[in-house]
Amino acid sequence: MVEFDHVGLRYGPDSEVLADISFVLQPGSFYFLTGPSGAGKTSLLKMLYLAQRPSRGIVRLFNEDVVTLPRQRLPGFRRRIGVVFQDFRLIPHLSARDNIALPLRIAGVEEADLTGPVGEMLSWIGLNERAHALPATLSGGEQQRVAIARAVIARPQLLIADEPTGNVDPDMAMRLLGLFEALNRLGTTVVVATHDIHLISRVDNAQMMRLEKGRLADPTGALRYPPANKA
Amino acid sequence: MIIPRVPPQHRAMLAQNRLSGPTPWVLAILMLLTLLAAAAGLSLARAANGIGGAIAGRVTVQIVTANPEVRSQQAQRIRRAAAAQPFVRAARAVPREEVAATLGRWFGTSGGGDDPVVASLPLPELVDIDLVAGSGAAAQTRLRALIERTAPGARMIPHAEWLGPVANTIRTLAWVAAALVILMALASAAVVIMTARAALGTHYATIEMLHLIGATDQQVCRLFQRRIAIDSAYGIMFGALVAVVLMAVIGWQLTGVTSGLGASAELGIGGWIFLALLPLLAIALAALTARVTLLRALKTML
Repeated sequence: MVEFDHVGLRYGPDSEVLADISFVLQPGSFYFLTGPSGAGKTSLLKMLYLAQRPSRGIVRLFNEDVVTLPRQRLPGFRRRIGVVFQDFRLIPHLSARDNIALPLRIAGVEEADLTGPVGEMLSWIGLNERAHALPATLSGGEQQRVAIARAVIARPQLLIADEPTGNVDPDMAMRLLGLFEALNRLGTTVVVATHDIHLISRVDNAQMMRLEKGRLADPTGALRYPPANKA
Repeated sequence: MIIPRVPPQHRAMLAQNRLSGPTPWVLAILMLLTLLAAAAGLSLARAANGIGGAIAGRVTVQIVTANPEVRSQQAQRIRRAAAAQPFVRAARAVPREEVAATLGRWFGTSGGGDDPVVASLPLPELVDIDLVAGSGAAAQTRLRALIERTAPGARMIPHAEWLGPVANTIRTLAWVAAALVILMALASAAVVIMTARAALGTHYATIEMLHLIGATDQQVCRLFQRRIAIDSAYGIMFGALVAVVLMAVIGWQLTGVTSGLGASAELGIGGWIFLALLPLLAIALAALTARVTLLRALKTML
């Protein structure tokens, strides 16, 4: 699914913010990415959702080297990835419904075929009544749910969430985690960056990736050489 | 396609407020000036060609012999001899009254038979000769020889010698107008480029989001190109409308002018077709410029 091999990232002439990052993400697995602020979590996620190319190393996504991938092929890969941003990044002039429908419209789905999936998604996140509300009129939790619905409506193979519970109360955090687990059970690989240690303990079989000072802590080598690969 | 087709739901991906602010108004002004310059250029070119055509084959023979009777006889001989030549289309002795009237305008008098000033002058005899079109310099040489044989001392004055510089000046002005049209087209393109770049800056967050969701450059470009092309079209058509009104007013004012430059300052069907095509070309240029600018700028984003 995803393979990082000695990946490094630097912005400009400064020292690397990420160095020698190597890991393999197995299809259908659930990962937590943790680490102190400034450790490079967001930078790592940016490379995962193809918003940033590494300065060195190899990144393979869906069995293709995306570092050397021609730019015009990136959209096809991005459509297989769902992203929940820490700041939601909902488009402010679009309603909740239109924000959720965005990935399908981009993918060229006809309007007639959008109604069903978008309606289901609105029901799933419990925002049927607020379908036509603009993001500015939604609460933080509602915006977060819209962002998640937008990230998953196109059934991505890889779901990436950056601090998805940072802006919501503990109850809502648990509900959002439930949504991620449900998606994971449907086969989506999930990567959640979080500081919340309680959240991590609530998911069975989740694997933890810890970043410190731009390096991935992997003392046993399990992240780089996961059991499934050894077999 | 100049204005790309984008489904209504996709158009909403960009905020509904107008993209380009003052751009349509700037383009309207540029289009107005472009059309006026183009119309002026076309009419000047036609006028220059008209004058050129009229003077290219015309000469006036001036007979200044002291004896008025001999002068008159020489003029008639020249007219008859010239009219018999195959390279001469027409020859006409200018009546004394016509010469006197012309001089009277210069002296500020009536120039008529009772005008003492003109009557006191020894007026030359004039013969206007029109050569056959395209007869060239050889015909003038033969005519000069004929005049020397028929009336020694008579002067042959080709009109091109003294009206030529006027025609050339008008022609130069026409070229200046053409240059202005090109410069204003470039200025319009520059306005569109600035608008496109500003639009990309304003909507950067939305574009980034659309890219991350999997939108291609073409998809994003179509959204902006459509909006810029429509804004530009509004401005250009408004400017063209005002220009048409102005040209109609100028044309109406020239209706009473039946001679000289005014009469030749017409546009002709070809000119009007060219002027009608200019706004359409401008819209196409705006859309194409927007597209190229947008695609180049989008390529710099990941």
